[in-house]
Amino acid sequence: MDNKDMILTVSSSPHIRAKATTSSIMRDVVIALIPALAVAAYVFGVKALLIVALCVATCVASEAITERIMHRDVTVGDWSAVVTGILLAFNLPVQAPWWMCVVGCVFAIVVVKQLFGGLGHNFVNPALAGRAFLLSSWPTHMTGTAYIPLTDTVTSATPLGILKEGGNLAKLPSDLNMFLGLHGVYGAIGEISALALLIGGVYLLIRKVINWRIPVIYIGTVAILSPLFKQDPIFMICSGGLMLGAIFMATDYVTSPTTAKGQVIYAVGCGLMTMFIRMFGGYPEGVSYSILLMNVATPLIERFTRPRVYGYAKEKSE
Amino acid sequence: MQKTEICSFKGGIHPPYNKELTNAVPVREAKEPAVVTIPMSLHIGAPCKPIVKKGDTVLMGQKVGEATGFVSSPVHASVSGTVKAVEERPHPNGNNVLSVVIESDGNDTVDPSIKPYEDFTSYSSKEIIDIIKNAGIVGMGGATFPTHVKLTVSPDKHVDTVILNGVECEPYLTADDHLMQDHPDRVVKGLQIAMRALNVQKGVIAIETNKPEAIQAVAKAAEGFQGIEVQKLATKYPQGAEKQLITAVTGREVPSGGLPADAGVVVMNVGTAAQVALTFETGMPLIERYVTCTGDAVKAPCTMKVKVGTPYQEVIDQCGGFSQPAAKVISGGPMMGVAMQRTDVPVMKGTSGILCLSKEAAYIPEPSACIRCGRCASVCPIHLQPFLISAFAQKKRWDRCEEFHALDCIECGSCSFICPAKRTIVSSIRVGKRQVQAERKKKAVKSNG
Repeated sequence: MDNKDMILTVSSSPHIRAKATTSSIMRDVVIALIPALAVAAYVFGVKALLIVALCVATCVASEAITERIMHRDVTVGDWSAVVTGILLAFNLPVQAPWWMCVVGCVFAIVVVKQLFGGLGHNFVNPALAGRAFLLSSWPTHMTGTAYIPLTDTVTSATPLGILKEGGNLAKLPSDLNMFLGLHGVYGAIGEISALALLIGGVYLLIRKVINWRIPVIYIGTVAILSPLFKQDPIFMICSGGLMLGAIFMATDYVTSPTTAKGQVIYAVGCGLMTMFIRMFGGYPEGVSYSILLMNVATPLIERFTRPRVYGYAKEKSE
Repeated sequence: MQKTEICSFKGGIHPPYNKELTNAVPVREAKEPAVVTIPMSLHIGAPCKPIVKKGDTVLMGQKVGEATGFVSSPVHASVSGTVKAVEERPHPNGNNVLSVVIESDGNDTVDPSIKPYEDFTSYSSKEIIDIIKNAGIVGMGGATFPTHVKLTVSPDKHVDTVILNGVECEPYLTADDHLMQDHPDRVVKGLQIAMRALNVQKGVIAIETNKPEAIQAVAKAAEGFQGIEVQKLATKYPQGAEKQLITAVTGREVPSGGLPADAGVVVMNVGTAAQVALTFETGMPLIERYVTCTGDAVKAPCTMKVKVGTPYQEVIDQCGGFSQPAAKVISGGPMMGVAMQRTDVPVMKGTSGILCLSKEAAYIPEPSACIRCGRCASVCPIHLQPFLISAFAQKKRWDRCEEFHALDCIECGSCSFICPAKRTIVSSIRVGKRQVQAERKKKAVKSNG
């Protein structure tokens, strides 16, 4: 073949790219959330699936509409709004009214994400900010009672809630039930099964979507601190939103440090804050506020944990 | 001596290597080119001054361009024949460069002044460096830095090790792999000559683990030679980048802004070493080299022995030509190679590969927003934070680029390769580097004036 009729492309190196894309990463996160979604459907029934579907649809639609209005490229194809939708739904109780789901999602996507510049520019995790917004606006809807079809019971308090209010400790589920989340445990839609969330976490580790530092150190910090407060470490790490938060939300790229040292500090900070809120705070659970606070601290942490650049002596590095 | 441990550096990537296209295909000698174009710039540094004119008869190995400074290197006729023109011709760097165009008479009559040298041990360090200089030997890994300059180390620097770079971490390329298998004795001899020129007792030949045959061949050739070791390195890009290689082999770091000599090391490509040995063996200057012509747009990819000055198109044609329309023809490998506008440019002293990629293989997706995943930082072999530097460069914050050490970037492209948002990170860092350098120059002028 002659090259006379060929037009050669000239661009700067490198001329090849890795396969992973933003959307393939976000899709992996969605896949990793499926086990927890399955448990939610099994325990809470179809209502849980409807809430997730509603949140995903609202997030994607509000992202598309906002971007259209702001004359930005519509980027819903990157799956990041889907992830936000699932995560926000996972943080809601199953009795959450439909309008509250919609308000939370619109707040997360429009205010927290798009108004700050879209993907990569939000300074806190949109799903967590959405949850915090709902919790402070309609606290009764965010806690309250719920009917669990699986066990045919109406429950009112989460295990951490029972602990906080000094209720009947005999009502606390066993460690095994807490870990599996299949039986007699009440909590937000996606947080009840530590096992399902761990499976998702392992998948993300294998796919190299996340590294071990933030989840392991965050959960480890809580486990190590528990005995100091005379708490059962297994109960502490399997209860509330810790697994969901540590694996799926504290690891959000945009709002966590990129440096190895920074990730360690950030994760320890999340763990400390979570324990302090659980033990001393007004709320029974502190995962989402802990992560939000550490999100805000991320730029500061990064500033002081810059890696030592090759060719600079140790003491000279900033 | 072959060391058993495998060394490496922190960071780096694992691109698809695609070396199987050519690594098992025996090396072929390219057909005698009818016309060669010898640019006066086949190296980094001052261009040569032509010393022949149109109509002159030249012999193979005859000098046709004289070096014009210390950091410069003479160029020689790679064929015998008649000078057809001395004029500007397209150069792989994208510009037109003054070149000597020689029509071959097909005889390859060697210049009678070219004679084998005596055993290298009978020459002093200075004599060796002069021989290398006159033979127009430059770094054949691609950077084409004149070898005699590299071997002239200022006396305040204490060099104790010569490392031969046989890493060839660029995907697709197998020129050094084949060279080490075909001429392991020359590689070892070249190393000994360089060690003598530098008065150094330790030589290391570093090869990536994905070239077991080359490791075996070179280890066998190095057997029994005092102070020469073969070091296996992990297969990872950019293992062959000078700084990463030095750190992997010696554990030392080249200080920022410094030279390998500041870490007590001189690094040479294995091809350069083999050429040095060949020059001592036969007297012939650098007029020929191994070139890997490969890619999915080439019918029969292979590594070939090619005369300097042969047009790219002729090399491609000898590999069966294009099997499908090539969207990109790259001089060198896909990570750091330069995309060519045309294929009539000549093979140079640093042309390790001619990579022809189809539209599919050359496809680069559109960039999207940075998601701060940190992958670029974790693969950066210099431990920079590429996403920050590139963002500062796009905002024209040159001061911030400098603060985040843009000037230390080695432009290996690992960040752009790994980026899931497909951002052209290294390209923006390059812009930042150039601006930082320009600002520094401005400041220097101001403070001097």
